[in-house]
Amino acid sequence: MKIKTKAKSSSKIPTASIADIVFLLLIFFMSVTVFKEYQGLKVELPLAKATKKIERKRMITHIWINARGEINVDDVMVTLENINTVMLQKISENPATIVSLRADSRVKYAIVAQLIEELKQSNALRVNFATLTEGGEPG
Amino acid sequence: MALRIHKKKILSRESEIPTASLADIVFLLLIFFLVTTSMDPDKGLGLTLPPPGEETKRHKEDILPIFINSAGEMLIREDIVSLNEIKEIVKRNFRKNPKLVISLIIDLNAEYRFMVDVLDEIKLAFNDLKKENPDFKESISLATPAF
Repeated sequence: MKIKTKAKSSSKIPTASIADIVFLLLIFFMSVTVFKEYQGLKVELPLAKATKKIERKRMITHIWINARGEINVDDVMVTLENINTVMLQKISENPATIVSLRADSRVKYAIVAQLIEELKQSNALRVNFATLTEGGEPG
Repeated sequence: MALRIHKKKILSRESEIPTASLADIVFLLLIFFLVTTSMDPDKGLGLTLPPPGEETKRHKEDILPIFINSAGEMLIREDIVSLNEIKEIVKRNFRKNPKLVISLIIDLNAEYRFMVDVLDEIKLAFNDLKKENPDFKESISLATPAF
């Protein structure tokens, strides 16, 4: 009796389309990526439950206030007095600027109140108080 | 002499760009963008400030004042409340009077987190009210201290 030898079937996965698939993924990530532009100050953000994402990432101006009360607007150290000039310039570049206020949770409200007043004066009316999500991931 | 014209045949050379490494290169790029994409979006509590110089007079009944002192204690109208009561009180008051405006009056020596805590509770209340009534308009005013 003859024993049948198994026919060797060529089992090759077609790899020609891998590049195309990866290209698509690449293009997706390229278009989504917004590089972190600014270093900022070290702050401990307060916690909140009702946090929402800011959708327009490219329109955000970041303002940091650390526990010592130092203020930083997009990596430029400013004082409360000259924040107006900085913000007016930002607003003239983009009237729909959203200010993301990343203030330390221990900072005195007086500084925040004064800052909000300055923002009002410079017509930067869309403010977002940056928080961490309660029970969420650290960031 | 017989010149032999040597006709060279043009060889049809196969001219293919090797594409085997393309996938590897693109994978590298992909990994780079995957790593650099910041997956922590800017999150926070949004608030739209009133334009400068705008002061609107309102009836006393249309204002819900919330006071916070430097120790973080809260007062709504005349009652001392705790943080987890605020949400229900705000909701109850807004159901009674949809024209209500919350006025946050905060001690200048209070810590910023007290303000965020209260703002958070108000926002939670607003989210619930919005579910009940899609036309609901949020209205918070931050009292302007005199500097």
